[in-house]
Amino acid sequence: MDAPVKKKLRVATTSLAGCFGCHMSFLDIDEHLFELVELVEFDRSPLTDIKEVGDCDLGLIEGGLCNAENVHVLREFRARCKKLVALGACAVNGGLPAQRNHLKLTEILEEVYHTSPGITQGLIPNDPELPLPLDKVHPLHEVVKIDWFIPGCPPSGEAIWKALTDIAAGRDPQLGFGVLRYD
Amino acid sequence: MSQTFTLDGEEIPFRDGQTIIQAAHDAGRWIPHLCYHPEFKPHGSCKLCTVTVNGRHMASCTTQAAAGQTVESDTEALNGERRTLLQMLFVEGNHFCPSCEKSGDCKLQATAYELGMMTPHFDHFYPSRPVDASHPEVLLDFNRCILCSLCVRASRDVDGKCVFALSGRGIGTKLVVNAASGRLADTDAAIGDKALEVCPVGVILKKRRGFAVPIGERTYDKAPISETEE
Repeated sequence: MDAPVKKKLRVATTSLAGCFGCHMSFLDIDEHLFELVELVEFDRSPLTDIKEVGDCDLGLIEGGLCNAENVHVLREFRARCKKLVALGACAVNGGLPAQRNHLKLTEILEEVYHTSPGITQGLIPNDPELPLPLDKVHPLHEVVKIDWFIPGCPPSGEAIWKALTDIAAGRDPQLGFGVLRYD
Repeated sequence: MSQTFTLDGEEIPFRDGQTIIQAAHDAGRWIPHLCYHPEFKPHGSCKLCTVTVNGRHMASCTTQAAAGQTVESDTEALNGERRTLLQMLFVEGNHFCPSCEKSGDCKLQATAYELGMMTPHFDHFYPSRPVDASHPEVLLDFNRCILCSLCVRASRDVDGKCVFALSGRGIGTKLVVNAASGRLADTDAAIGDKALEVCPVGVILKKRRGFAVPIGERTYDKAPISETEE
């Protein structure tokens, strides 16, 4: 009798207020990519270019929340994914974008679009298509429940692979010495 | 040296007057800590070195060793409490490791690695704390201060200068420098001061030295803090 075909994990990924560095690091798992395609199938992701997230087992989210669209996408992921992973420093603690948090948003916009050198008659972008920036940048867990966290800027390919294989095997991810990194 | 207590079941000898953490250290056992430093009087404020002594929670840096004590340290429950303390330290300040010169040499970070902290867990305070770059040789980045008071003790007890102090109370406590202007440049702090060497995190930094040691060769890249610490 043939062994039952193991169902692949359906995985969605996205980058919110991130730099796509975590996605690049994800690709750094190198030859594990061959094992990965046996383990998972991708739903919405920059890797598939699918725009809407479907029902998934796992959502990997890079980046924190800096605007209203980030919050919208995060809530969609929470609604459609059984488990969510905050991937990388920005998703875990706001990261680099959160370093604007001690400044007033109005002051930042003024400086960027009105008063910084080289700007003449600058306008603060106000197109209705543009998502409104949040007053402060937040990590994911301040808005929805996050099941697992993989810190690092970016987490190494090794860290991502270890976490994914732990999750696929039904374990909480454990990153040992040298793999658990915040930088 | 005939007196002993047990630490996680292991017999630890001690001399009269030694604290639990001192005796444990002499016996080659590491107890997580941040505000404790073997060269200074204990401060007992970070609570990371909390152990149970005959079932009661005690700071091992301020509790004297006594014969027959049953001390527990490396337990799941105590390490869980330590992780929570670390998480609170991380959210109370602005700890952005990727852009910190101390990353890889930071005791807060290394201790969090050791205890497997995957997330700061709590809501971040994101406090607004301006840096002090007034001194020609030294930068103060208060965003990373964990109020361990090591610089305060080193300046007072070793340098004899009292350059630093903790001001305020409770959540309003902050590190200040002893100058009417509040600027380090207007104090008598100078390169060579012990106080400028002891910061366990990235508050007191020598200028023009940042990121001099490449990733992979920093203190805690090579070995975890439990195997590294003095």
